[in-house]
Amino acid sequence: MARPDTGKKFGWGAANTIAVALTLIPVLWIVSLSFKTPAGILDATFWPKQWTWSNYSGILQSSQFIRPLLNSIGIGLIATVIAVLLASMAAYAVARLDFPGKQVLIGMALLIAMFPAISLVTPMFNIERALGLFDTWPGLIIPYVAFGLPLGIYILSAFFREIPWELEKAAKMDGATPFQAFTRVIAPLAAPGMVTTAILVFLFCWNEFLFAISFTSTISARTAPAALAFFSGSSQFTSPTGPISAAAVVITIPIIIFVLFFQRRIVAGLTSGAVKG
Amino acid sequence: MSIESQTATVTTVERVPATRRRQLSEGARAERRLGWLLCAPAVIVMVAVTAYPIAYAVYLSLERYNLEIPNAVKFVGLSNYGAVLSSWYWWHALIVTLIITVVSVAIELVLGMLLALLMHRTIFGRNTVRTSALIPYGIVTVAAAYSWFFAWTPSTGYLSALTGNSAPLSHTGQAIAVIILAEVWKTTPFMALLLLAGLSLVPEDLQRAAKVDGATGWQRFIRITLPLMKPAILVALLFRTLDAFRIFDNIYILTKGGNSTGSVSILGYDNLFGALNLGIGSAISILIFICVAIIAVLFIRGFGTAAPGTDTGRR
Repeated sequence: MARPDTGKKFGWGAANTIAVALTLIPVLWIVSLSFKTPAGILDATFWPKQWTWSNYSGILQSSQFIRPLLNSIGIGLIATVIAVLLASMAAYAVARLDFPGKQVLIGMALLIAMFPAISLVTPMFNIERALGLFDTWPGLIIPYVAFGLPLGIYILSAFFREIPWELEKAAKMDGATPFQAFTRVIAPLAAPGMVTTAILVFLFCWNEFLFAISFTSTISARTAPAALAFFSGSSQFTSPTGPISAAAVVITIPIIIFVLFFQRRIVAGLTSGAVKG
Repeated sequence: MSIESQTATVTTVERVPATRRRQLSEGARAERRLGWLLCAPAVIVMVAVTAYPIAYAVYLSLERYNLEIPNAVKFVGLSNYGAVLSSWYWWHALIVTLIITVVSVAIELVLGMLLALLMHRTIFGRNTVRTSALIPYGIVTVAAAYSWFFAWTPSTGYLSALTGNSAPLSHTGQAIAVIILAEVWKTTPFMALLLLAGLSLVPEDLQRAAKVDGATGWQRFIRITLPLMKPAILVALLFRTLDAFRIFDNIYILTKGGNSTGSVSILGYDNLFGALNLGIGSAISILIFICVAIIAVLFIRGFGTAAPGTDTGRR
């Protein structure tokens, strides 16, 4: 009996190791590239033979990277705050109140979650040019809020349903208006759900690429992933492989740490929208 | 949908006094008003960013509108659609998109299920697997795409070196395979997490009872686990299929759509920023929108009443 058990344990262990290795190798590769010298990049080995920080010092001195990084942080945070706020209000109404048109709202959120972003690019490009929103922060914040909302409404209405009705009733009985019942009683209880939503919406904004390259033309609003695609070498003859890798690491590592730190919340949020929803 | 909304109505009628239909009580009317008020901002933003531009795209798609010759704007009816649908570019992009969608979602379903079973069953290193599975999910798609791009670049990449200094990104079929690889790597963990949530809903007792009755592991998986997981699988497939159909980032970085590897999203983008043709670009937008709607309708037919979003009060 001991043998198959050991064998089984070994089998699981091997499967685990393979799964972990497959997820890590592409990440380690880009990290390794970011530490290679221009000559080292052309030797095609997995690890650098000679390590250098020059790729990092290069991009961190370049406004072509720093400005987009700040844009990413600013646009992501503002869009997240607005989306979480609006989604909380709508999700509260969906979970707690009785009003006609609720189904329409839910259906609309579902439709937008499925919406092909490319279909918006052509008309929005023209609209943003006409309104003067093209290549500005609001030009990206507004679509990000709209695409963050369905996710937020789903996750938050699932969370809001978990909160006991009685507390709200008790608050109303003590003389609170429905609005006070929301801000004083429900909102603190819903805070974990709101944090989860905020994380997922921020990750979406941080990751977004299509709108970021379509609705910007200069570094005044271009976000970091978009800037990466427009990187060029310091001269026509140097390949930007090293700087691109370093920039990719800079925008990725904080997010990975963030994701690992909040992993329980993220898993709960991703699955609550789909399974409980 | 109808069953769910009926249930919702029944509970409502129970809660609100019977006079509701004729004359709303003051409280019910206030509740209504608050409900609309709370939803209004979200609805306004969603409509402004999606419904209005789509309606505008329908209008633009009926015009000859090229930004290079802005004075020649003219109503041309459906001729932009005719131009797109009779063009080889559209059909080629659609076929490429469908191939990428079907192949990558199929691979993701199998790998995602294996990964979900691994996370569900394994005891040693469970957290390590779960944690590392979140890395591809968290990584910025563009950054991951660059990792694959450099890995397959001759004389730079380790994968290219391992395969005899090959240059797969310059051949159509191989480039599509690399695009699928990048897509599968990035999104399998998401699939696995959705499936894992479904897997945890399968009662352990049922598994044990079947084991006692002599069912093999495979039989238990086919007869018990899969049928009980059907809703979770359909949700995961729906989201991933629609997502894969919209593929843009990976292709843009890996090939820029060169060597006939462009998806419909790449075609739409190129048409706007390459040809500056708003009329044709809008026709492409509308056609992609219709394709996505068809996929969604087909899936929701498959869901029956289990579609996400039809659930109002119950869980």
